[in-house]
Amino acid sequence: MKLRLLAAALAATVVLPFGVANATDLEVTHWWTSGGEAAAVAELAKAFDATGNHWVDGAIAGSGGTARPIMISRITGGDPMGATQFNHGRQAEELVQAGLMRDLTDVATKEHWKDIIKPSSLLDSCTIDGKIYCAPVNIHSWQWLWLSNAAFEKAGVAVPKNWDEFVAASPALEKAGIVPLAVGGQPWQAAGAFDVLMVAIAGKDTFYKVFKDKDEDVAAGPEIAKVFKAADDARRMSKGTNVQDWNQATNMVITGKAGGQIMGDWAQGEFALAGQTAGKDYTCLPGLGVNEIISTGGDAFYFPLLKDEEKSKAQEVLASTLLAPATQVAFNLKKGSLPVRGDVDLTAANDCMKKGLDILAKGNVIEGTDQLLSADSQKQKEDLFSEFFANASMTPEDAQKRFVDIIASAD
Amino acid sequence: MTGQAKAGRPNQLLRNLNAKIASIPMILTAVVIFFGGTLWTVLYSFTNSKLLPRLKFVGFDQYERLWAAPRWVISIENLAIYGFFSLIFSLVIGFVLAALMDQKIRFENTFRTIFLYPFALSFIVTGLVWQWILNPEFGVQSVVRSLGWTSFVFDPLYTPSIVIYGILIAALWQGTGLVMCLMLAGLRGIDEDIWKASRVDGIPTWKTYLLIIIPMMRPVFITTLVIIASGIVKVYDLVVAQTSGGPGIASEVPAKYVYDYMFQAQNLGQGFAASTMMLVTVAIIIVPWAYLEFGGGRKRV
Repeated sequence: MKLRLLAAALAATVVLPFGVANATDLEVTHWWTSGGEAAAVAELAKAFDATGNHWVDGAIAGSGGTARPIMISRITGGDPMGATQFNHGRQAEELVQAGLMRDLTDVATKEHWKDIIKPSSLLDSCTIDGKIYCAPVNIHSWQWLWLSNAAFEKAGVAVPKNWDEFVAASPALEKAGIVPLAVGGQPWQAAGAFDVLMVAIAGKDTFYKVFKDKDEDVAAGPEIAKVFKAADDARRMSKGTNVQDWNQATNMVITGKAGGQIMGDWAQGEFALAGQTAGKDYTCLPGLGVNEIISTGGDAFYFPLLKDEEKSKAQEVLASTLLAPATQVAFNLKKGSLPVRGDVDLTAANDCMKKGLDILAKGNVIEGTDQLLSADSQKQKEDLFSEFFANASMTPEDAQKRFVDIIASAD
Repeated sequence: MTGQAKAGRPNQLLRNLNAKIASIPMILTAVVIFFGGTLWTVLYSFTNSKLLPRLKFVGFDQYERLWAAPRWVISIENLAIYGFFSLIFSLVIGFVLAALMDQKIRFENTFRTIFLYPFALSFIVTGLVWQWILNPEFGVQSVVRSLGWTSFVFDPLYTPSIVIYGILIAALWQGTGLVMCLMLAGLRGIDEDIWKASRVDGIPTWKTYLLIIIPMMRPVFITTLVIIASGIVKVYDLVVAQTSGGPGIASEVPAKYVYDYMFQAQNLGQGFAASTMMLVTVAIIIVPWAYLEFGGGRKRV
């Protein structure tokens, strides 16, 4: 008798999970692992779980450069996840062309993505041959300079209002034993900082001529030479950073060991997590305080083509959850990024985010380099700028020559 | 007689039949995966494959771009420096340690374990440990400074010109223990009578080692050489853990170039071209040596 009871109990435990769960497990891979990012992704998971499905978190540590190869080889190798993060743009282009990704046009038309997603260039980046393949979740802009108010106080100078004042203040910072500009050792950080300098110093038109039209003459011209000159200043100011990850570099700004950092608005999540207030503990200058333009790159979720019907349905649910107003607000407040839809209420946003929203509303936006250049060209740029920032003997002129070569061979 | 011999010959194929059948899977694996994979890689290195392989030939374009890339040239230089020094130092240090160990010292087992222990750690762990040791803010430099030498500077991992030696130190720390053990085994294989004879003849110990023992240990040296050399060519994880190629691109190595361009840059053609060049480099070294070693009759030992 006892045995039979036991068997029944065992059977019940096996059956039970099936009974409750018409919930589908969907594995979602992403590279959001720093403190602020993890808090933000938890909001997405919460929203998806609330739909009766289950978010299986597949975080991959080590930033996009490490995570993307893993994601791509899983998809091409026949072991696709339920959904995956990419930066929207050209990173997943070939996967789509090879027919490995799922067409989301149905969901998109049903939910009127065309009308709600602003700026529309975000959805354009998801569109290949008239079909929509990804769900944008946030707008990230690179063009921010984060400054530590405490560091400038210690050095006895006023907090700068633009890049030139910052360069002028750097000797005072150095004298106080503070690294003026924190630049982490990962290659993408140096390349990103250069792109930011380019928008701020050479302006939007030049930026587009170089990265969109791939115009060699402009890339070799005096405007870009000025940018390399500024990059030379940045290199001098970044000496002694000695950290690798971007959030470690941000942490130097938070603790006042560094004066500032050129980093995208994702850095804001770190400041928030450390309990700092914009304007009081730190200052943010969009467009380096020179040219208030922000790029509208960001993150998007792509959905690999799956055979499993249940999971395919869950993918649709996830796609619409990601763009739901409530999710957009909760996620972006934690992440420090801007929502992809213009119709959500962000009164809880802090000063820096409000500045960003203003610029967005004014339409002072450009496409990000991930949207304009292939991964191959981006990698070559990373090689160039990580060498430039680490090697003080490389002249700005030499670097510019190599930059022209990269632009010339870009596709 | 002759009839019997003829009947015996076809048997040659059927001899040890079980063993031959058993080795078929391995032979197939070797031919299809290693040889086939190599050919496939070389073939596709002449295409402009991006994220996915496709057969659109572009001649030697990938190779031209490869050799024009400063990062590849630096990678090759680094590999040459790293290879040269790690070969010499691990053989010398390994042999000296083994010779010292062979002096019938006390606690030999303990010492042997201590020296071999680093080898039990992966390159990733080794790299991280040495990244900390060599970090100027909490490693050797800060320890020496806290002892009073405040101007002491030792930060190889943040100085582009010497960063590769910082990696070399870690590699030697990890690898010499194994070399020592191999050498020790070789030394133990030398007949005690040789030592007695040399002592009778009054030959100094160092001379005995150099002129008698080492030549006798030739097979051990060759085994060791192959193990060290294959470790050099594929060095990757140590660099990733210790410097991730930095500062800048000062400590890049070829294997890392292959990986980065294949997966991060989504340019398979370029990655394949780089790996083909690695194969060619290895072949240039191995082929003449193998020819001398196995080819030219059986004149040697």
